[in-house]
Amino acid sequence: MSRDVIQDTPLRAEHEKLGARLVDFHGWRMPVQYSSIIDEHHAVRKAAGLFDISHMGEVVVRGPQAGEALNRLLTNNLAKLGLGQGQYTLLLNERGGVIDDMLAYRLGEEEYFLVINAAKIDEDVAWMEQQLQLLGLSDFTFEHLSAEFGGLALQGPRAQDVLEVFFENHTVHLPERNGIIRTPWQEQELLVARTGYTGEDGFEIFAAADVMGRVWTALLEHGAVLGLKPAGLGARNTLRLEACLPLNGQDLSPDHTPLEAGLGMFVSTKKEQEYPGKDVLTLQREEGPPSRLIAFKMLDRGAPPREHYPLLAEGETIGEVTSGSLSPTLGFGIGMGYVPVDYANPGRRLEMKVRQALVEVEVVPKPFYKRETP
Amino acid sequence: MNVPEDLKYAETHEWIRLEGDTGTVGITDHAQNELSDVVFVELPKTGAAAEPAKFIAVVESVKAASDIYSPVAGEVIETNSALEADPSLVNSDPYGEGWIYKLKVSDPAQLDALKSAADYSSQIS
Repeated sequence: MSRDVIQDTPLRAEHEKLGARLVDFHGWRMPVQYSSIIDEHHAVRKAAGLFDISHMGEVVVRGPQAGEALNRLLTNNLAKLGLGQGQYTLLLNERGGVIDDMLAYRLGEEEYFLVINAAKIDEDVAWMEQQLQLLGLSDFTFEHLSAEFGGLALQGPRAQDVLEVFFENHTVHLPERNGIIRTPWQEQELLVARTGYTGEDGFEIFAAADVMGRVWTALLEHGAVLGLKPAGLGARNTLRLEACLPLNGQDLSPDHTPLEAGLGMFVSTKKEQEYPGKDVLTLQREEGPPSRLIAFKMLDRGAPPREHYPLLAEGETIGEVTSGSLSPTLGFGIGMGYVPVDYANPGRRLEMKVRQALVEVEVVPKPFYKRETP
Repeated sequence: MNVPEDLKYAETHEWIRLEGDTGTVGITDHAQNELSDVVFVELPKTGAAAEPAKFIAVVESVKAASDIYSPVAGEVIETNSALEADPSLVNSDPYGEGWIYKLKVSDPAQLDALKSAADYSSQIS
């Protein structure tokens, strides 16, 4: 698909009606904010926010060998998934570096649904198709359906209340954490997953692109009284950073393994299937990774951390910031970045170079923000 | 957007108010609206030499850091320390409590080269 032309999601008209500021995000025209990033951030932490995630890619893999094929491609163990369950998993290159991270859901006995990053759709699909061909398995189909699907994320402590009102009289049994259901709504089929990218409880809803406008409008109408607000990519970024959820292209890269990123629990080196990068990860698990993706906070007020600011120890540059921001919830600057393991322990003080000045930061345990679970 | 008549404007979205030979500088309502959610202002040092179109301060929003340029030459004589505690004053009152620095203007005639409210309004419209 050509990326020369900026693409619109099915919700562009809705964003314009709401006065969103639209920006080019990896070839997609997306809302960065409606009112203010900080307001939208707080709405998600305290009530609920609604995000357009139609830019994300969808792939459906079906057939008797679908599970086996995907298990030879992705890091997590897909065999653990029961019907209607999902897992976070990664697609690696042969060096064990990250091509993409994704959610893989088991929709049916022989049917899997993958949700991949917008910026990586072409690369993922090409790599997956190439790798799958090498496997010599033939009893499955691989369908790239990004153009057919739209998606939105309903996130926040009131997300479940909003969704219950949205389904009105229907008795819908909402999925458990990481689960997914297929459910009818106004004669259409929705996929509703209990996943998200904010650190809050919430749902991601996928449906045919031409249904998304109605779903969006109905959710906002029903949710307004519960504090639901539309929220843009700006708040999505600050929310996910507080929760230490990595962003591919910044916190994940082809040059770092998931073990370096602290994502070992999503990497199976024990499953019988081979997959790209498995040998590197197995070795790295024995020897320990050379670097770690740290979370750090600023100790004083000052300019917030930003991508590419150098991180130093004893005057030497040891890494750089991969993601940084003021934390709207905590009120101070936070960031992540790769540093050699010797500098990665919580409590360790490092310096961050902001323009010409050096400011002190401290390595802290992940995440910065964890919701209170009832 | 609010563009007060009594101020002069730089193309780079700073305003200056001249009283005697003291100029007060901030960013325009349009600029604060574009930046949204100002979370930090790096103030110039008192005594620093300001030159026209030279980087003098930084205003940071959640999304980005934006350089601020001095509209005219002079010496920085005061900075708005209230912004250290509450940088969002730049958003809530860009022409008042959200001012950034004051300078002793070297040559008040330099203001003639800046835009009037009408010219700046047409720039941003």
